[in-house]
Amino acid sequence: MITATTPPWTLITPELFLKALGETLQMLGVSLVLGSILGVLIGAVLALTRAGGVLENRPISLGLAVVVNLIRSLPFIILLVAILPFTRLLVGTSIGVWAAIVPLTVMIAPYIGRLVENSLLEVPRGVIEAARAMGASPLQIFWRFMLPEARGSLILAVTIASVGLLDATAMAGTVGAGGIGDLALSYGYQRYDGFAMVITVVTLIVLVQGIQLLGTIVARRFRRR
Amino acid sequence: MSARTGATPGDRTEGRIVFDQVTKTFPRQGKRDEPTSALRGVSLDVAPGTIFGVIGYSGAGKSTLIRMVNGIERPTAGHVVVDGVDVGALRGSALRTAQKRTGMIFQQFNLLETVRVRDNVAMPLRLDGVGARTARARAEEVLDFVGLGAKAGSFAGELSGGQKQRVGIARALVRNPRILLSDEATSALDPTTTAQIIDLLRSINTEYGTTILVVTHEMDVIKDLAHEVAVMADGEIVEQGTVLDTFLHPRSPVTRDFVTTVVPQGLPDRVVEHLGGDGLWRLLLVDDEVTQPLLSGLITEIGVSVNMLHADMTEIQDHTVGQMIIKVTGPEERVAAARAYLEQRVVHVEEVAR
Ligand SMILES: Nc1ncnc2c1ncn2[C@@H]1O[C@H](COP(=O)(O)OP(=O)(O)OP(=O)(O)O)[C@@H](O)[C@H]1O
Ligand SMILES: [Mg+2]
Repeated sequence: MITATTPPWTLITPELFLKALGETLQMLGVSLVLGSILGVLIGAVLALTRAGGVLENRPISLGLAVVVNLIRSLPFIILLVAILPFTRLLVGTSIGVWAAIVPLTVMIAPYIGRLVENSLLEVPRGVIEAARAMGASPLQIFWRFMLPEARGSLILAVTIASVGLLDATAMAGTVGAGGIGDLALSYGYQRYDGFAMVITVVTLIVLVQGIQLLGTIVARRFRRR
Repeated sequence: MSARTGATPGDRTEGRIVFDQVTKTFPRQGKRDEPTSALRGVSLDVAPGTIFGVIGYSGAGKSTLIRMVNGIERPTAGHVVVDGVDVGALRGSALRTAQKRTGMIFQQFNLLETVRVRDNVAMPLRLDGVGARTARARAEEVLDFVGLGAKAGSFAGELSGGQKQRVGIARALVRNPRILLSDEATSALDPTTTAQIIDLLRSINTEYGTTILVVTHEMDVIKDLAHEVAVMADGEIVEQGTVLDTFLHPRSPVTRDFVTTVVPQGLPDRVVEHLGGDGLWRLLLVDDEVTQPLLSGLITEIGVSVNMLHADMTEIQDHTVGQMIIKVTGPEERVAAARAYLEQRVVHVEEVAR
């Protein structure tokens, strides 16, 4: 399918490329926001209910840890197909961008959860002790002490998660969600379009570098002075 | 701090801390049947408006003890009663309400690094639902009181250790607590800064009548700050009394060790080895005793010869305390008479044993 705007040595049109880029950014953005919200919740529960935490609770802590580890032990491509019925239930379809966003979110939330847990545990014990000494409730300890003190490291956690997410969006073609990765596979690989391969690889590299740079800058600004 | 201005320690009826046979054990990993005993039957009575010092070596149980006063630690047995309330029995919001009546400062300051000094100080009020503006205004008032008004807009990372502790103190005072708890608050500071923080704590006590419970392993802090002292070892209180009395008549070996850190037994071991025994005496003198013509009295009235080996003086709780080490020589019954003469005139005489 060679159009007037396409040079003869590639099958990719600018429209095709922009559409794929849009799909990737949509998948990345939506699942990152949803995954971060869920991830902070998971991380908070893990950090607060663990032994010695301000809301120590063994059953909850163990139960959640099992679920988190279970999801994290599945390769994304398997998770993607395994939860298809759940995806259909949630978004009413099993193909397209939204069908990819559900498994991407399910995949990234526990991952972010673990990173958030680690960030929260980095907050010095003394700060928590001071919070308890001034009569802060567990919710206040989380909201006013742990979260602000951990925010620099939380931003870095989300940055790492974004790169992982971008990685996973390449497999979204499996459910017909498109995206840059799909472009690389179906044109660059299957149709031997070298130019398509180069441009998608370059795009992915630029995206990763951009995310990392942004994350580092924002984290530095939020870090302790 | 306007609400409490003018209160003197004697006026205070709030701020009493009572420990009644308090025991605390911590389970030990892998050794369920042998838990760690952090406190073993500790009883204490801290009167309102006093500065009470607790001293002990690392692991003695000092932190465990002080953390029971604001309920961050709970007794395994016994009661900790603060102004009539059994803190160990409180849970949830009742406990938090009680916690808001005490302030606490720490060795590592424990400030938030990501918010400004004034917001650190305002935090307790913000937790109580006080609006940001009101809380900040009050925070700045307290910062002025601790001499750090100019740093309200800084971050903790930009301050020195002494300044950080002032912020910690301001934060602890922002709710006007009856009780201030200090867990090794000067242990991370140099001697000069320590002295300044001690002055500040003392002025809080005199100006607002705040009861201050100080936990430390530095006898200097006890000497310069506390009215009363309890010496802890291995989870038990081995000695307790007024600071002056404890310095003059330490009974337990641990107490003696701590006293020696402030009033060093001033002779080298070789000298003691050579001169020790009968007639080598260590004298302690308080206030006016220091100025009496003691040695000339021994020589002219008792007729012994006296050699002065060491003398020093220190200030303890507004009292001058002098120490002298002398060697008295003469006929046996004259030496005995000299001892009797001294015992009538100075607060403490002891033989420096070889
Ligand atoms: N949360 C805990 N779990 C287990 N053991 C504890 C805990 N807290 C304190 N201990 C133990 O209780 C004893 C007393 O500890 P504590 O911290 O009260 O001593 P301390 O006098 O404050 O010592 P330091 O001068 O080192 O601060 C120690 O043997 C300590 O190991
Ligand atoms: Mg301690």
